[in-house]
Amino acid sequence: MPQHGDSDHRSAVDILIASDRVPANARPDLLTEDDIWALLEEVKDPEVPAVSVVELGIVRAVRWDGKELSIDVTPTYSGCPATELIEELITEAMRAAGFRDPKINQVLTPAWTTDWITAEGKEKLRAFGIAPPEGSSSKLSLLGEPDVIACPHCGSKDTERVSEFGSTACKALYRCKECLEPFDYFKCI
Amino acid sequence: MTQAEALKEYLLRLADSDMILGQRLCELCGKAPALEEEMALMNVALDLVGQARNWYEYAAELIDDGRDADKLAFRRDAHNYRNLLLTEQPNEDYAVTMGRQFFFDVWHYFTLKSLTGSSDERIAAIAAKALKEATYHLRRSSEWVKRLGDGTEESHQRMQDAIDILWRFTGELITPDDTDRVLAEAGIGPDPDQLAKDWRGMVNEVLNQATLTPGAEDAWMYMGGKHGEHTEHLGFILAEMQFLQRAYPDATTW
Repeated sequence: MPQHGDSDHRSAVDILIASDRVPANARPDLLTEDDIWALLEEVKDPEVPAVSVVELGIVRAVRWDGKELSIDVTPTYSGCPATELIEELITEAMRAAGFRDPKINQVLTPAWTTDWITAEGKEKLRAFGIAPPEGSSSKLSLLGEPDVIACPHCGSKDTERVSEFGSTACKALYRCKECLEPFDYFKCI
Repeated sequence: MTQAEALKEYLLRLADSDMILGQRLCELCGKAPALEEEMALMNVALDLVGQARNWYEYAAELIDDGRDADKLAFRRDAHNYRNLLLTEQPNEDYAVTMGRQFFFDVWHYFTLKSLTGSSDERIAAIAAKALKEATYHLRRSSEWVKRLGDGTEESHQRMQDAIDILWRFTGELITPDDTDRVLAEAGIGPDPDQLAKDWRGMVNEVLNQATLTPGAEDAWMYMGGKHGEHTEHLGFILAEMQFLQRAYPDATTW
């Protein structure tokens, strides 16, 4: 009878990591921090695969001194279940580039804000069918009316909020009254 | 009470209140009145459990007896839990669920807002993150209170009943004890007088807009959650929440 902890019961993430070998001929010593940022552009958010972790503003710092690689990441939401997977995906990408023991640090401060999503990231969200956050997080009112959100499908501003919360912690649910399509809105925080 | 003792105690209170309310909300998974409501409730629960983990992790470092965040959450019994009594009250009808959420969210919002200026940097960082989430929670729960209160005759009556049932658990939110006072003096925790003023101000404003009547300020209040004296509900919550970790204490894979 299988016991807890048996290799048969490994999570998908464990298998992902175990199967990930550091290539023998990789030369991470030749890479610069800019190169590492470029590699991170290839790491996509598991819940919003249209955008990279860099475009989302989750990666806060990269330090590479030729011996040790250290990457700071910040969670989008306190309870975001993708946080650990994102850290694993970054680790995997770095190992594939030859870094044996990348250090991923979780930093909470300053707290992540949708203002850090790049302009390109916002455009990709829209193309993916998710309305990007509107306006600045600093102007978010506590009890006021929500901003006008444009439909990512037809561009109409005649939309209504169906639910303050959507399919993931970072999204709200909207509906377009023009083209009648429902859509996700990336909440502004 | 030393400042160090007060800090550990206070972190457990924050963590336990988040954890227990998160668990309560999760009971509605698969049973909420509408799909959008279910998603919203589970999102709020997810935020709360995530915040609980941040507080537990810090508490575990300070307690430093080998227990990690999971052990603090899943291997303490009811008398060691420090959550507010309000958070362990049953879901009942949706007016009670949202009324409980509203009273908690107002307290949570002003507590976290104050903690973002805490002299303890780690607390300030966790609070800054959590405050953005709590702001959303409060927006939503206050809208529900207004919608039900200022709705039909029946929804108004049910919302008023919910306020009346829950009122006796709200005194604990804004009545400080030694722990609260020690931390307030050290600039770590919120100023209790300001917190009480802010809580009353917003609760009165929203209830007024919702055509609802708050309870009396001098009403009899149930206290004790912060010291481990709980209503009978907590034991049942923990029995369900902790079953797996108690049955398979050191399992590494679920």
